[in-house]
Amino acid sequence: MPLVEVSHLVKHFTRDAGLFRAGTRVAAVNDVSFSIDEGETFGLVGESGSGKTTTGRCLLRLVEPSSGTVTFRGEDVLGFSNKRMREARRDMQIVFQDPYSSLNPRMRARDIVEEPLIIHKLGARAEREARVAELFGLVGLNPAHLDRYPHQFSGGQRQRIGLARALALNPSFMILDEPVSALDVSVQAQVVNLLMDLQAQLHLTYLFIAHDLRLVEHICSRTAVMFLGKIVEMGPTAALFAAPQHPYTRALLSAIPVADPDAPRQRVVLDPTSVNRDAGLREISAGHWAAV
Amino acid sequence: MLRAGAVIVVFAVVAALVGPLLTPFDPAAQDLALRLAGPSVAHPFGLDELGRDILARVLAGARISFLVGLTVVSVSASLGTLLGAMAGYFGGAIDDLISRIVDVLMAFPGLLLAIALVAVLGPSLGNVLFALTIIGWVGYARLVRGQVLRAREFEYVQAARAMGAHTWRILWRHVIPTAMPAVVVQATLGMAGAIIGEAALSFLGLGVQPPTPSWGTMLNGGRAHLLDAPHLTIFPGVAIALLVLGLNFLGDGLRDATDPKSKSSNSRV
Repeated sequence: MPLVEVSHLVKHFTRDAGLFRAGTRVAAVNDVSFSIDEGETFGLVGESGSGKTTTGRCLLRLVEPSSGTVTFRGEDVLGFSNKRMREARRDMQIVFQDPYSSLNPRMRARDIVEEPLIIHKLGARAEREARVAELFGLVGLNPAHLDRYPHQFSGGQRQRIGLARALALNPSFMILDEPVSALDVSVQAQVVNLLMDLQAQLHLTYLFIAHDLRLVEHICSRTAVMFLGKIVEMGPTAALFAAPQHPYTRALLSAIPVADPDAPRQRVVLDPTSVNRDAGLREISAGHWAAV
Repeated sequence: MLRAGAVIVVFAVVAALVGPLLTPFDPAAQDLALRLAGPSVAHPFGLDELGRDILARVLAGARISFLVGLTVVSVSASLGTLLGAMAGYFGGAIDDLISRIVDVLMAFPGLLLAIALVAVLGPSLGNVLFALTIIGWVGYARLVRGQVLRAREFEYVQAARAMGAHTWRILWRHVIPTAMPAVVVQATLGMAGAIIGEAALSFLGLGVQPPTPSWGTMLNGGRAHLLDAPHLTIFPGVAIALLVLGLNFLGDGLRDATDPKSKSSNSRV
């Protein structure tokens, strides 16, 4: 049984009609289905506005989906009561993209990492303090800096604080919403390696949302490509990168920068007319699906 | 500006606190033989129409002004912050309800509404506090609602939800603190407004009742003697103007100091 199963997920954002304009409805996520197995890293890629972040937030109900189902360990997440949902959040956490806005600037690092433990009433004060120090060490931060405020840390260090906060509740599933895209390239590698180490050490399952395809190729076992709110291609990462089927995937992959400036390269430009937007996903090869 | 405002306000606070030590006279004691006497060495501000020492009464009146200012501001800021935060965070029907009440109250000229309320409820210090709070909280509510609409989308607020925090914890720990600098500025300016409001109501005979000294009732008492004994009006009038000016300076200074956009240009506050 997959750990997370998403089927026919839809999220519409509506804007009410005003005095001088008609109401509008945008389908940010349009009939998205996928599943994530325990222990794997599932990549969700696409350009800005393709709906990948909204999809991630719908799984945690930070955004309420318009329709569809999300199951976690076989349980219907969207049917949870508020109380049950709060409990369930212990098991499913998120690391945000922007390490500057994801930490409350008025709280010390210690309090930020301790907050989830307080919310779920885990441990006495001394135990919580010990746990916070342990988490700080786990993500590679110096416990001597526990009393610092977020602005006293670098971007990479701040992302580690966000990671420590997400790990505090011992989740089994984490959504990594572009966790390194706001960081310098050299720091990106450190944080990605940390994420991989933690996954092995703590048996975590990741939903890795990204637009950096090289990163996805490096760390994801399976990948789904989103385009205009839909998944247009999904499969084992190696197969998808080796033989992209959908025109959008081809265009996306051809945009990956190549380290050698003299290397011959051909940039594929997406021809919108070549995309059949009503096409359903069909299986091209084992586990490799494309909407062509 | 911040410094000038702070000096005036601190001076007024100290005067209100140690007032009775600065003058040997009781603010209610009458010396009818010396009624309307002008400033002298013994009575630096002179005496009023009942022969009471004006300096003693101005100092005692400062206490009433601060009592009104602090009470009105603390109650209306708390109430306005809570309701504004709820309106901004929950949105929907709660926002509609709170925002419409705010709109209705803002449509009235504030002082006129306060006069009407006190006229109906009867003149007393308690009713003045009530009326000024009723017109006062809406400003905070509108201000905080706007701040909260912005803060609601911050990722650290989303993170708190993802952790499973209760709504009240999110509001209290993450959302309301974001709005606090703006509320402090508004409270400083609001205190000036409340002090003027009390003085106006007392001037109209709707506020603090004699013999309790208030700057507004003193102005009213001096009204009949504007020409023959102007010191009855000048000293409480100057006291009101100075304190309100000081609070406005302080509020403007705080606003500049907490506004990140004006930090460089206001390094000399």
